[in-house]
Amino acid sequence: MGIVHGDEMVLNIGPQHPSTHGVLRLKVHTDGEIVSKITPYIGYLHRCFEKHCENLTYEQVIPFTDRCDYISSMNNNFGYVVTVEELMDIHVSEKVEHIRVIMAELNRIASHLLALGTFGMDVGAFTPFLYMFRDRENILDLFEMTCGARLLYNYMWIGGLSHDLPVGFVEKTYEFLDYFEPKIKENDDLLMYNKIFIERTADVGVLPPEVAISYGVTGPNLRGSGVQWDLRKDEQYSIYDRFDFEIPVGTGQMGTVGDCWDRYWVRTQEMKESIGIVRQALKQLPTEGDVQELVPKKIRPPKGSIYKRTESPRGDLGFYIISDGKPTPVRVKLRSPAFTALSALSAIAEGWMISDVIAILGSLDIVLGEIDR
Amino acid sequence: MVVDNLMQWFESWTLWEAGSPLLFLIVVVIAGVPIFLLMAVNALVAVYAELKISAFMQDRVGPMGQGPGLHAGKWGLLQTVADALKLLLKEDIIPTLADRKLFIIAPFIIFVTPFIALAALPFNQNLLIADLNIGVFYILAVGSISVIGIIMAGWSSNNKWSLYGAMRSAAQIVSYEIPVALSIVSVIMLTGTLSMQGIISYQDGTTLGILPNWILFNNPFSFIAFFIFFISGVAEVNRTPFDIPEAESELVAGFHTEYSGMRWAFFFLSEYANMLIISGVAAVAFLGGWHSPIPGFLESPGWSLFWFISKVGMLIFIMMWFRWTFPRLRVDQLMNICWKVLLPLALLNIFGVGLWGLFVA
Repeated sequence: MGIVHGDEMVLNIGPQHPSTHGVLRLKVHTDGEIVSKITPYIGYLHRCFEKHCENLTYEQVIPFTDRCDYISSMNNNFGYVVTVEELMDIHVSEKVEHIRVIMAELNRIASHLLALGTFGMDVGAFTPFLYMFRDRENILDLFEMTCGARLLYNYMWIGGLSHDLPVGFVEKTYEFLDYFEPKIKENDDLLMYNKIFIERTADVGVLPPEVAISYGVTGPNLRGSGVQWDLRKDEQYSIYDRFDFEIPVGTGQMGTVGDCWDRYWVRTQEMKESIGIVRQALKQLPTEGDVQELVPKKIRPPKGSIYKRTESPRGDLGFYIISDGKPTPVRVKLRSPAFTALSALSAIAEGWMISDVIAILGSLDIVLGEIDR
Repeated sequence: MVVDNLMQWFESWTLWEAGSPLLFLIVVVIAGVPIFLLMAVNALVAVYAELKISAFMQDRVGPMGQGPGLHAGKWGLLQTVADALKLLLKEDIIPTLADRKLFIIAPFIIFVTPFIALAALPFNQNLLIADLNIGVFYILAVGSISVIGIIMAGWSSNNKWSLYGAMRSAAQIVSYEIPVALSIVSVIMLTGTLSMQGIISYQDGTTLGILPNWILFNNPFSFIAFFIFFISGVAEVNRTPFDIPEAESELVAGFHTEYSGMRWAFFFLSEYANMLIISGVAAVAFLGGWHSPIPGFLESPGWSLFWFISKVGMLIFIMMWFRWTFPRLRVDQLMNICWKVLLPLALLNIFGVGLWGLFVA
């Protein structure tokens, strides 16, 4: 007796669906509950980011980078300004570097909280999601205090920052870190070490390291597969060489290396490391100095091109910029980490059940704003 | 009980002869009114409780409307009333390609199931529509009718998500009925009766000196049987972690994706009524029904009603607690738990209860 194969059913997951993390459409061929083929369709959020950049001055591009990966706008700002500064050979002051690192790491925590919360919701746990959003709120309050915005900051400028740190920011940040550190454990006990959650995620959607590398998957998804690759250490930029932090990699504690549980675990550990980095940066933070003293009056990078990548919460965020010496770039290309993560979905999720596909998609933590640009 | 009393009362002052079918019909309709009210009030209270309990568990305040009027009332007390009004006034949408007849019938079938099951649930010594001699069996039997309604709803909606939800639901409810029934069998072996009042009166008095003589404390096997019953019961009413038929992150809304307004409200009403029934049966079969937790203390009919409602409320609270704490199982894991864990355990349990009755008791 063989396995009986019925007719396949074509199922459209999205564009309107609770678990597609934006406006993604997955065309899924199913045999009963088993998914045999997945085709992602993207482009529902396309806003011509790269074409817009060709018609804007360099500093006008910064708000557009906010809107790419809207969950971690600080990191997008960071990646773009670091690239342009290297093209123009600007070296920003110590104070600016420190503030940038603090903001980027706080945003990484906020982004991971959202990723973990929505992942939990994808497997049916609603309460951890709200706990994580409650904590994320505090980070957004810090950002609001600094630059007035809660989601799209436009905070980092080429050569500086839009605002200096407000009075009381350092104390409030310490307060938040002290509050938040025990909360990580609380959330982990509630969701990560829950038996049902382990059943749902361990050994599910295994992304082997060689597949991850061949698809160009980066960030926590790659580290979840056990590959130690973090641009903050491997392609050092800004002042990350001064901080002491570990790069957590998936070890297959609950199942196979590279399963959904490992990707979840890596993110929780990264939040702890980010807390450490913020603490160190706050300690070393110089108080004197103007954050805008090096902002050029006219931004006209010399002729040439540059490709530079930074570690966003989702992986290698690369900017390729071609300049012809005029105030507007000839070409800006964004290398999106979420795009490569999505491309690996069909490789790892085919053959699993519909519920698992949703869980795997959640574990990859994609942001459609960045994929479609 | 209520039906019998009403019959006698009518016969005492009308000219109808005893046992007239027409009189019986009138009495049944009258007796149905409180069940309907009970279901409506139960849904209003339980939904409000769910909103508030989930809010407290999630560090929120929940509905907090202030002041009188068509606001949500103080502490949001009128929130569910407002919701019910909204559902009544909503546009009734039937998809063009839906199978109209089945689409319209399905919510009624799902609604009728808990409605007729409630007729056999005793709330205290007297408050019971009819004390059937096959009470427990009757409740379990009518409980399975809802599967037909769910499949009809899923199929007639002409929506793939609904179909998935219906198929999952059918598999789940049919599977979990078996451990539910088997764990009840171990109760029946002890009591020797299927009548709900009979099961409750068996649990009168004390055991081991101080504990109430509930079947839960009767022997180790009946203790396990309670947990088998309750877990399977949660699965049978489609609550988290077994809510795969309506898993919102996977199946949008499962079998009732295409329903809206009052038709959808019927699904909602029956979900909460089913919770009431499963908790009620658990309370009757294992927790002494309307008996006081301290034997002989406050056993008047009024207090009995209070004890019964407290026990049911406690079990419903535990179900809500589950929902706001646990992730959801996958469909194959759900089946594994049923067929590979609960079912063998329930079978062993029956054996154990039998041996206990023979050698220990």
